[in-house]
Amino acid sequence: MSERPHFTLDGRRVPFQDGQTLMTAALDAGVYIPHLCFNPEFTPHGSCRVCLVEVNGRVQAACTTPAAAGLIVQSEIEELREIRRGILQMLFVEGNHVCPACEKSGACQLQAVAYYVGMLAPHYTHFYPRRPVDASHPEAVLDFNRCILCELCVRASRDVDGKNIFAVQGRGIQARLVVNTPSGQLGATPFSLHDKAAQVCPTGTILIKHRGYETPIGQRLYDRKPISVVGDVAQVSESRGGRRHD
Amino acid sequence: MSTQETAIQPEYLCRIAIDPLSRVEGHGKVTLLTDKDHRIRQARLHIVEFRGFEKFIQGRPYWEVPVVVERLCGICPVSHHLAAAKAVDQLVGARELTPTAEKIRRLMHYGQTLQSHAVHFFHLASPDFLFDFDDPAAHRNVGGVMSDYPDIARQGVRLRKYGQEVIRVTAGKRIHGTGAIPGGVNKALSLQERNDLLADIDLMIQWGRGILRLVKQAYQLNPGYFTYFATIRSNYLGLVRADGALDLYHGGLRARNERGEILFDHLDYRRYSQVIREQVKPWSYMKFPFIHSLGSEQGWYRVGPLARINNCDFIPTPLAEEERREFMALGAGQPVHMTLAYHWARMIELLHATEAIKELLLDPDIFGDERVVRGEMAREGIGVIEAPRGTLFHHYRINEDGLIEKANLIVSTTNNNQAMNESIRQVAERYLDGKELTEPLLNQIEVAVRAYDPCLSCATHALGRMPLIVELVEEERGTVVSSLIRDTDGTVRNERCASGLN
Repeated sequence: MSERPHFTLDGRRVPFQDGQTLMTAALDAGVYIPHLCFNPEFTPHGSCRVCLVEVNGRVQAACTTPAAAGLIVQSEIEELREIRRGILQMLFVEGNHVCPACEKSGACQLQAVAYYVGMLAPHYTHFYPRRPVDASHPEAVLDFNRCILCELCVRASRDVDGKNIFAVQGRGIQARLVVNTPSGQLGATPFSLHDKAAQVCPTGTILIKHRGYETPIGQRLYDRKPISVVGDVAQVSESRGGRRHD
Repeated sequence: MSTQETAIQPEYLCRIAIDPLSRVEGHGKVTLLTDKDHRIRQARLHIVEFRGFEKFIQGRPYWEVPVVVERLCGICPVSHHLAAAKAVDQLVGARELTPTAEKIRRLMHYGQTLQSHAVHFFHLASPDFLFDFDDPAAHRNVGGVMSDYPDIARQGVRLRKYGQEVIRVTAGKRIHGTGAIPGGVNKALSLQERNDLLADIDLMIQWGRGILRLVKQAYQLNPGYFTYFATIRSNYLGLVRADGALDLYHGGLRARNERGEILFDHLDYRRYSQVIREQVKPWSYMKFPFIHSLGSEQGWYRVGPLARINNCDFIPTPLAEEERREFMALGAGQPVHMTLAYHWARMIELLHATEAIKELLLDPDIFGDERVVRGEMAREGIGVIEAPRGTLFHHYRINEDGLIEKANLIVSTTNNNQAMNESIRQVAERYLDGKELTEPLLNQIEVAVRAYDPCLSCATHALGRMPLIVELVEEERGTVVSSLIRDTDGTVRNERCASGLN
């Protein structure tokens, strides 16, 4: 029986199957590569650039780079950590991310990745955009202040729920998440908390109405262990019988 | 009200500023205007911080509010957290909390009272008791206390730490936790957490009694000074339980006049706006509340430990009640008006907090599973609580989508604004008037303010109705070319000076 093909990630052998990307193979092997717009249940997007890795000397997004035998991939090196910190800092100053008062704090992927890459301060000047909260829906609230344009809700609503409720409008720095109705209000859509789109936001943009802070501090997802241990890397590797590398 | 609030011809007077005020929470300053004979013509306590909470929570979801507004303060965040949570309870129709929720919140609140009173007395105020006024400023601080009275300093640190630990196990964090949620709490206590706290509580009670002995010794050494320094006769406001007991978490509003006569009693605090009004003055960011029926000149009042001890009929824990009786004997049937007695009353409350914590720790309800109740939504909620520094009002209105439309906060220190100003004027008149001002003399002004334990950070939460003046100053000569003035009614006007019209 021939050995499964593999690549090397930070000196570790990572086996893969045909069609896998560096990211999905790493997740299967229980190895964490920081990411935000990637979700193992959706087609890779490659937009947030947090998962940048060095592949045979070139910097590429792990979520969109096909795995190939013999590749030498580096992720946990200082140059990449610095790039990731910079990306995270830009995301933080572009929106209004007030972690101390946010109900998603402690269970927020954006916050957890920022901790993981060692972001201690936003560094850049805050934009302080004015983005009103949309609370028109009876069950959910949209807080656009926290959107990082990962488009996971757009993809989930379009590809899984078949409702096509969310969209990104504008380009470049003008790009923003919108609700795909003439009024632009979530209350005018068939959105439901059972939708996949309600489950995928990596920040606190899509929230359940009338509830918050119900999990005590100390028991939230990322309170005790970092995202590299308890995030989707744990779910994926455990569901596939893989081994998690703490 | 004193005549020293506004001098008639301030341009001919010498200005002395105590800036910043030391050993108080937040940033403030006192300005004195004196004439050539060193007579005090004007004395004002100014609050120079600017926060804006009432404005920037507009448009936010209501269930966020208890966690957002607690950022008003790092010393008494629990008070803001719980006052807001009580208001939000009304929004979600939680008429009565489960026993577990109410007792966990009470435990959090008494932990807060304990740590806040401890930090004020030991870290901020104890140098005023333990050292003379003319003690060098470099030594007249908590560092001096630690070197000269290490046992007292250690007790202060441990008492505060204990209170913080009570907060941590009930709110999740020592500062800015999330324990109180709409209609209840998000956690109960574990047996381990309870046992850890119970192990030290008797020591805390013992230390609480010891501090009271220290305060009483200070009084007995110099009763004349205690009796007259910064003392003013005032009205008093605070919450009392239905049976008249001291209750820091919940009750009805009671106000007494300076003779101790009841002005109103057991008033549902949701009707506070019928009895309390706020006045704005152009020289301070802090408003001036008063009892409406008495008017702004006569209706100002005091809140906080002195007001609460004067107001209640009894304290429902035995050791603190014994101390209350001894304290009230000073007033001989009337309220105790001594401003320095705030410290004494505060330590009676600290002792009460330790006793109340012990009672709650022994109550099996703190382990319960039923933590949240909900009912029919409402559009308006008002939460009032007795924070360490006094009565704290949080009032919110939401729109049909559940977003905050309007907020009004009257924080404890704001209630004492006029009283603090009156006290510094009394000190200025009695101790400073006609004298060449020196640092120890000016320190007496600070001692007067400090007795109230003001939290100036909390007191400057508002935005939108404050008068503002922006001046354009000509660089070389320093003359004012024009002024942009926003009045208290919100109108903006531009005033150009004659010299600047070219």
